[in-house]
Amino acid sequence: MSEEAVAENTKEMKKVFDRPESLNDQQFSYCPGCHHGVINRLIAEAIDELGIQDTTVGTAPVGCSVFLYKWFDIDVIQPAHGRVSAVATGAKRARPDLTVFAYQGDGDFASIGTNNSTHAANRGENITTFFINNTLYGMTGGEMAPTTLIGQKTTTTPQGRTAKDYGYPIKMSEMLAELDGPTYITRQAVYDPKRIDKARTAIKKAFRFQMEDEGYSLIEFLSACPINWGMDPVEANERIKKEVEEVYPLGDIIERS
Amino acid sequence: MGEKKLMRGNEAIAEAAIRAGCRNYFAYPITPQAELLQWMAEHMPEKENGTFLQAESEIGAISMVYGAASTGERTMTSSSSPGISLKQEGISYLAGSELPAVIVNIMRGGPGVGNIQPAQADYFQATKGGGHGDYRLIVLAPSTVPEAAELTFEAFNLADEYRNPVILLADGMIGQMMEPVELPSPVDTSDLQPKPWATTGTDGRDSNTIRSFAMGAEALKSINRDLQGKYENIKKAETRYEEIGVDDPDVLLVAFGTVARIARTTRRLAEEQGINLGIFRPITLWPFPGDRLAELSKKVDTVLTVEMNAGQMVEDVRLSVNSEINTPFYGEQGGVVPDPGRILQEVKKYV
Repeated sequence: MSEEAVAENTKEMKKVFDRPESLNDQQFSYCPGCHHGVINRLIAEAIDELGIQDTTVGTAPVGCSVFLYKWFDIDVIQPAHGRVSAVATGAKRARPDLTVFAYQGDGDFASIGTNNSTHAANRGENITTFFINNTLYGMTGGEMAPTTLIGQKTTTTPQGRTAKDYGYPIKMSEMLAELDGPTYITRQAVYDPKRIDKARTAIKKAFRFQMEDEGYSLIEFLSACPINWGMDPVEANERIKKEVEEVYPLGDIIERS
Repeated sequence: MGEKKLMRGNEAIAEAAIRAGCRNYFAYPITPQAELLQWMAEHMPEKENGTFLQAESEIGAISMVYGAASTGERTMTSSSSPGISLKQEGISYLAGSELPAVIVNIMRGGPGVGNIQPAQADYFQATKGGGHGDYRLIVLAPSTVPEAAELTFEAFNLADEYRNPVILLADGMIGQMMEPVELPSPVDTSDLQPKPWATTGTDGRDSNTIRSFAMGAEALKSINRDLQGKYENIKKAETRYEEIGVDDPDVLLVAFGTVARIARTTRRLAEEQGINLGIFRPITLWPFPGDRLAELSKKVDTVLTVEMNAGQMVEDVRLSVNSEINTPFYGEQGGVVPDPGRILQEVKKYV
């Protein structure tokens, strides 16, 4: 191709992929193959598309979500571990005009914060909750979470989780769907383009419910933690499909509006 | 000032908070502060987007305070001793994130479940940092119901001015008793100072973060240095106390809250017997008015501390005063309120 032709073609080229406005110009520090980055990006895209960057407040605690305030170009509150649903409740009640989301891991949402998570859902708080279920504690070194699968080896269940000692993987989304408070509860994954597309739709739907004053939404993400699972990213994606989905099936659990 | 009303301490505190512009209140029921919660449920102004929310737990309540305070709105929670223990996590986070908030502790007897009688056994918890990390709360100790209302109102101003949580430390006696109260005139919340640090949506400005987290040692050291600098400023500007008959006393009695009120009766009884009893009443328990107490202690041989606990504030008294003089302690525990005559017996040991 002649130089003129290249120049002519480039002029025609449109930028089709860029960093969302709601993310800062920074590189994520998540581990290779981790799904947090994909989920963060999808949330940021949804915020951009809904035009709510200026009126959104995120709440994210410790662990792998500790730097959320660095990644997102929105106002962020960092609560104590487990308290995210209660802190989001406080912010939303004080300023109902804001769009408030809670970003919580499985230890946060389903273990130390179960009381706060459950009651926020039961009150039908008008917030949007993202619950990242990677079946263990990531940042602290791969300990068992309440979502750890039976037989799964973690640093605190070196022989694998047994039901005798620790019971069964907790099904928060199904539990909360039993309540009359929540509006929308769904379980999503982001391991392939089809799933990413569905997750994107779910995130936007959840934010819209809040913007329309419809109440509490919960999106549980089955998320990969290749480092603590001792797998490469592709194996980790396969594990979600073959093992994690067996216990935690994907799809909408309730939708009431 | 506004109108005069006969009110229970818990109600006066609640109403003073609303008049101070508190529009967010989160709490969990516990005796002997239940009337505070109930007053808030009934009187929080809904028209102005006032929020009353009974939380799922004390931990939930203080976390909701954290979220609401992050938006810059005036926010409060209240409880009694065991509930305040549960709130310590959130209080440490409020202090670390420099969030203004007011926490009311209507103290009862402990440790553990204890009972629902008045006590002052949470002095250490309030003044020395009940949660983790190096932090300080401004601790205000009212001695009467009118003063409880006045200090509640003031607590919101102090919290905002210093971006620091403030504890109103009263006890079941003050919470439950009724006295005439002159209520402050309501604040127009739109007149309050703007809080440019708050997380209210960016609306075109750079994004704000509310956090107590700093990854590096130097970064966290610098945050701690700034906090300590703030605490020094508070010490200089906000130390408060009351003095009665301290010019040439035979004995100087140090007491706060309910006990200081009882000590006034002891002072009258002492006077009848020709004993001049001076009273020094710290109003801010932190910052503790140690410098003034040190000056006063130069004129006496005995500084007697009386508390409804096993001896907590007395440690600050002893740190403050001349080590050459007597610094005895008399305390009652378990909800027993010291009798004025019994206190006089203690005083007479040193005359």
